[in-house]
Amino acid sequence: MKRRPPEPVQVIKQRRDAALNALIHGVPYIRYLGIEFDRRGDELTAILPYRDDLIGNPMLPALHGGVTSAFLEVTAIVGMSWSILWEQMESGALDPMTLDPQHLPRMPKTIDFTVDYLRSGLPRDAYARARVNRSGRRYASVHVEGWQDNRARIFAQATGHFLMPPRDG
Amino acid sequence: MDEKKAEITRQFIAAIPHAAAMSMRLDHLGDGVAEISMPYDPRFVGDPQTGVIHGGAVSSLMDTCGGAAVMCHPDAPAGTATLDLRIDYMRAATPGQRITARAECYHVTRTVAFVRATATDEDRHRPVASAAGAFMVERPAETET
Repeated sequence: MKRRPPEPVQVIKQRRDAALNALIHGVPYIRYLGIEFDRRGDELTAILPYRDDLIGNPMLPALHGGVTSAFLEVTAIVGMSWSILWEQMESGALDPMTLDPQHLPRMPKTIDFTVDYLRSGLPRDAYARARVNRSGRRYASVHVEGWQDNRARIFAQATGHFLMPPRDG
Repeated sequence: MDEKKAEITRQFIAAIPHAAAMSMRLDHLGDGVAEISMPYDPRFVGDPQTGVIHGGAVSSLMDTCGGAAVMCHPDAPAGTATLDLRIDYMRAATPGQRITARAECYHVTRTVAFVRATATDEDRHRPVASAAGAFMVERPAETET
């Protein structure tokens, strides 16, 4: 029996990037904050490009605590949605080319979100990565770390609990 | 409350670029109490299928309101920054409605201010979210680095 040749790399990349873009660009608030995602395989890094209107304390200046919180929450929700989407996409259950803002998979809903502000957010780009510590049928627990110039100097971290979207079938 | 303190708080809130970008409005100030609201804005939607505002936008409002409550507490000096903030999301805010946060700074020590807050839409009896946080109290004479 002849084995099927592997898919060309650009086909796989195009499919995965299309799925990610549909997930992010369909949400107005993510667009408003200007958050982008860098994808390496299934790993995502969220990027918040600096903008003057993200400042909360103009005297320091420092990023608004609410912006930091929102950035980490977006990173957590997209991270979780992405891991669900990834499984569906890789198993062939979902064709990402059919995704658009009106036909997105349901996103997890935030139950609670706790942000720990370790140092003030500098007027520079910020980065964040989410780690899904537990993902059950109904609930998920996610931890997020945010940093700026140095990966080791975290400026904020957060833990959140989320209600998972009902699965089809 | 102390009029001078209220004026400083008002000016401080008005000078926050991100609060202005989100059209936040200071509705009420009392001793350790603040009310700030923001209009419904399609740019802040988190779920395009329902038009519900993103939780992150609500947390920006809660954080701003918590800081304002600390600033206008009689025992706290002017400066403050958030140490931690926990938000519980009880229900989706009704699309099209204004969201109002009310924060109360219920205890202040030499270094920390404790705050609780709730957010509602136009149905004031069913909260959209509640929050609890600790804020840094910045005393100018003994600034630590």
